[in-house]
Amino acid sequence: MNLSKEQLLSMYRQMWTIRIFEDEMAVAYMEGKSPAFDIGSGPVPGEMHLAAGQEPVAVGTCMHLHKEDTVVGTHRPHHFAIAKGVNINKLAAEIFGKETGLGKGKGGHMHLFDVEHKFSCSGIVGASFPPACGAALAAKKMGKDWVAVAFAGEGAANQGAFHEALNLAALWKLPMIFIIEDNSWAISVAKQLSTAIPDNSQRAAGYGIPGVRIDENDVLAVYEVVGEAVRRARRGEGPSLIEVKTDRLYGHFQGDPELYRPKDEVPTLKANDPIARLGAQLHEQGIATQSELDDARAAAKADVDAAFLFARQSPYPAPERALEDVFV
Amino acid sequence: MANERELTMSKAIAEAIDQEMARDHRVFVLGEDVGIYGGIFGATQGLYQKYGAERVMDTPISETAFIGAATGAAAEGMRPIVELMFVDFFGVCMDQIYNHLAKNTYMSGGAARFPVVLTTAIGGGYNDAAQHSQCLYGLFAHVPGLKVVVPSTAYDAKGLMISAIRDDNPVMYFFHKGLMGLGWMKYHQRSVTPVPEEAYTIPLGKADIKRTGKDVTIVSLAMMVHRALDAADALAQEGIEAEVIDLRTLVPLDRETVINSVKKTHRLVVVDEDYHSFGMSGEIAALVAEDALDYLDAPIRRLAVPDVPIPYSRPLEQFVLPSAERIAATARALME
Ligand SMILES: Cc1ncc(C[n+]2csc(CCOP(=O)(O)OP(=O)(O)O)c2C)c(N)n1
Ligand SMILES: [Mg+2]
Repeated sequence: MNLSKEQLLSMYRQMWTIRIFEDEMAVAYMEGKSPAFDIGSGPVPGEMHLAAGQEPVAVGTCMHLHKEDTVVGTHRPHHFAIAKGVNINKLAAEIFGKETGLGKGKGGHMHLFDVEHKFSCSGIVGASFPPACGAALAAKKMGKDWVAVAFAGEGAANQGAFHEALNLAALWKLPMIFIIEDNSWAISVAKQLSTAIPDNSQRAAGYGIPGVRIDENDVLAVYEVVGEAVRRARRGEGPSLIEVKTDRLYGHFQGDPELYRPKDEVPTLKANDPIARLGAQLHEQGIATQSELDDARAAAKADVDAAFLFARQSPYPAPERALEDVFV
Repeated sequence: MANERELTMSKAIAEAIDQEMARDHRVFVLGEDVGIYGGIFGATQGLYQKYGAERVMDTPISETAFIGAATGAAAEGMRPIVELMFVDFFGVCMDQIYNHLAKNTYMSGGAARFPVVLTTAIGGGYNDAAQHSQCLYGLFAHVPGLKVVVPSTAYDAKGLMISAIRDDNPVMYFFHKGLMGLGWMKYHQRSVTPVPEEAYTIPLGKADIKRTGKDVTIVSLAMMVHRALDAADALAQEGIEAEVIDLRTLVPLDRETVINSVKKTHRLVVVDEDYHSFGMSGEIAALVAEDALDYLDAPIRRLAVPDVPIPYSRPLEQFVLPSAERIAATARALME
């Protein structure tokens, strides 16, 4: 793999940024919600879907992307946003509902828009695919070598929009990559109870495009497979579909009682943590010293702490501003 | 009544479905997370354990397919109860709802029956933002062919659900998340009421006067009924007696109860958690203008979500949702 030490350390650090962001968000989310849990209380109210454990798919993919490439994410969007280069201060501020947030506090955690970094997401399952087709179509029409990536969960692969978009992208040979995060669960419904075949990448055959399944939650494996798809897209050879096995370490949303989930599942997943594995790999292979790894992690923590501080210290929007921004 | 047990709205709904499933083997439930999870808002709690996966079916996230399938199964004589997790998600499946479920009976000249109950969660106030906080019942009431039920208490919820299941027409049943009595979301205590254990029905198309008064009529439904009642309590301190009408169903609409009340109070405030324009509040204002204009002593007032998507941030969201204070202030101003 042609990754430099700097790139590998950068991936390691980014994964930590995501993990620490999610872990600190989990803590902030619980503020004001005890002893009685109330979803609408505290500094971070509303639903909260965290992506701890799912860092590899976001980081391994976005390493290939430039600012001009488009990413469309899901209801569980923080890892994609961070990996795509969205400013984490503005990201955190949006989640805290502050005026300094990406959407001035209007969007919230499932509705993030960063025009500069060409990142967006939606709380509607399956909604990422069509707009990514559009971004890819625009790139093609404008003669650019930009690509568009649509991320979605394995649950979203049963939504009509997925299949319509696959056909459209294949038909029009769009520079697009469909990436399915298979974390085994769609809320309480296990993949095998919702999906007629075990491997969504096989569905690519129905549209005549390449389909690849990555069976491990491994950032380097993602990097390698997505790299081929991105190069193919940039060459004008059309879309690819990739499904990545990944792990959801938290509940579907914070506060999910997870009664549907086998008790030993999360501990097993944690024992196979993708960030720890990358760290060990870099160390064993003599690519990075322990202190370099520690520094990367500490730098990530400093970034996240600064972002949360920025978010907390930022003002709330004035109530009347609710009436603005329906139209430009 | 005194020693009657009290239920939350979610338990009342689940009990209604349970009793109808026990009574009629054609009734079955399908939707996302309605099985082991019991419905994200608890509307199907306990049913999977009792009836199993054959009659309480978790679906893929394929709303067009499974809502359309409910319509198709109903045509064969089944009586499906199908859940659209949040009403906001109607966008992915509206064609099956409004072009098919709603219109098929009419297009068949009344020959085909579609006894489907489509349940869905509505409402905001807990910062779930633009795609998970809407009410939108006005949109479905606008389309001919769907009955529209929107309960505000556990008692009403059970009786209306049983009526909905027994109805041979498509019924959309909207439950407000903030009234379900969930352990993880603050709810209005008044939604928890005594509920008889036996099955009973409340006719669709019959509004309920939740509080009688002679000075001003406040028409509403779902969460806003409770806000209106809170406002009425405050107004009573000042000697203003508000009459609070809970429409309970938009289709059929109980025009008579509204008109009779306005003829008595001569003042009307309509409170809606749905969007302001082209919706329920305009409809109620129009029917009063049509049938009781001469009785009005003051202009009709409407409180609803100003025509903006529901914002995420707390101060923004609170600003757009009608509050008890604003309802009281609006009613008070009509008395001056
Ligand atoms: C159209 C639509 N249907 C249902 C939902 C409710 N919902 C939110 S997330 C989710 C599960 C999604 O599962 P998956 O796509 O696997 O993503 P994951 O949550 O595992 O990241 C569901 C059913 C929704 N937001 N939009
Ligand atoms: Mg999933």
